[in-house]
Amino acid sequence: MAQLVDETAQTKSLVLEVPGWAGHRAGQHVDVRLTAEDGYQAQRSYSIASAPEDNYIVLTVERLADGEVSPYLTDVLGPGDPLELRGPIGGYFVWEEELGGPLLLIGGGSGVVPLRSMLRHYFAVGSSIPLRVLYSARSLADVIYREELTRMTEDSGLDIRFTLTRQQPAGWRGYARRIDVPLLAEVAFPSDEDPLVYICGPTAFVEAAAQGLVGLGHDPSKIRTERFGPTGG
Amino acid sequence: MEALDGNAIAGALLAAFGHEMTMASGTCATCGQTNMLAALRVYLRAPGAVARCPVCGEVALVLIEARGVVCVDVRGLAALDYESP
Repeated sequence: MAQLVDETAQTKSLVLEVPGWAGHRAGQHVDVRLTAEDGYQAQRSYSIASAPEDNYIVLTVERLADGEVSPYLTDVLGPGDPLELRGPIGGYFVWEEELGGPLLLIGGGSGVVPLRSMLRHYFAVGSSIPLRVLYSARSLADVIYREELTRMTEDSGLDIRFTLTRQQPAGWRGYARRIDVPLLAEVAFPSDEDPLVYICGPTAFVEAAAQGLVGLGHDPSKIRTERFGPTGG
Repeated sequence: MEALDGNAIAGALLAAFGHEMTMASGTCATCGQTNMLAALRVYLRAPGAVARCPVCGEVALVLIEARGVVCVDVRGLAALDYESP
């Protein structure tokens, strides 16, 4: 590990230097394996937050209080410490420009992590595919990559909509509720534009977003989903 | 218990098959529906991972990684197809 970056109160980014890394595709993940002195092993999957073009591999890890792996990664592991990885892994929840668009990225909580890799890749390749992002978080303080997303909006015109489901700052002009069909109808590209959609988040969030879009007439085969749950530890 | 999806066992599938498997098609031996392995409903809070058919809910495959051994039970799949690398 080269560096540890605080993202929010609950999440940190692990910046990793990986010798012999063969490169990855935006949206892929890695398995992190921890081995105790007695040989006990625990393994978890984490999405890669960095783009293929970046110099480092970045994993953004949400600290789960009763987790077996995440507290070690966020609180114990320090710069210079080694980490055992397997990957890159996955071919389904992957975005590449030749897949076309328009492109709609929907993230709930730390489900934004693989979408951040896709966003960085999108801008790195100078894509002109129409793009929209919908990001659901509990509060503004829980928004991961807030500065970077704001910069993408200001510098590159990124069309990103936020919904803050539990707590909103005074004067908040974004959405303030869980994702539902009317919200999706406002944010999503119309189904007749046949957008490609990536949804990542907790299982219930992914189900709500995917079923909502199918109900609005979106082609289920153009909706790619990745669910994670409290078992992520 | 909340289910994840086949993406959660992509690493173990890679170890077992030596190939990216989330885009592979699995035909359920119970209901006959074909789905990408990424779409399976995956439960990790078992001794190993249990992946169920998203259509009928029957067990499609069970995968255990322990002490350097990968064990895969695919009795719940009638067919498993993927593009050769």
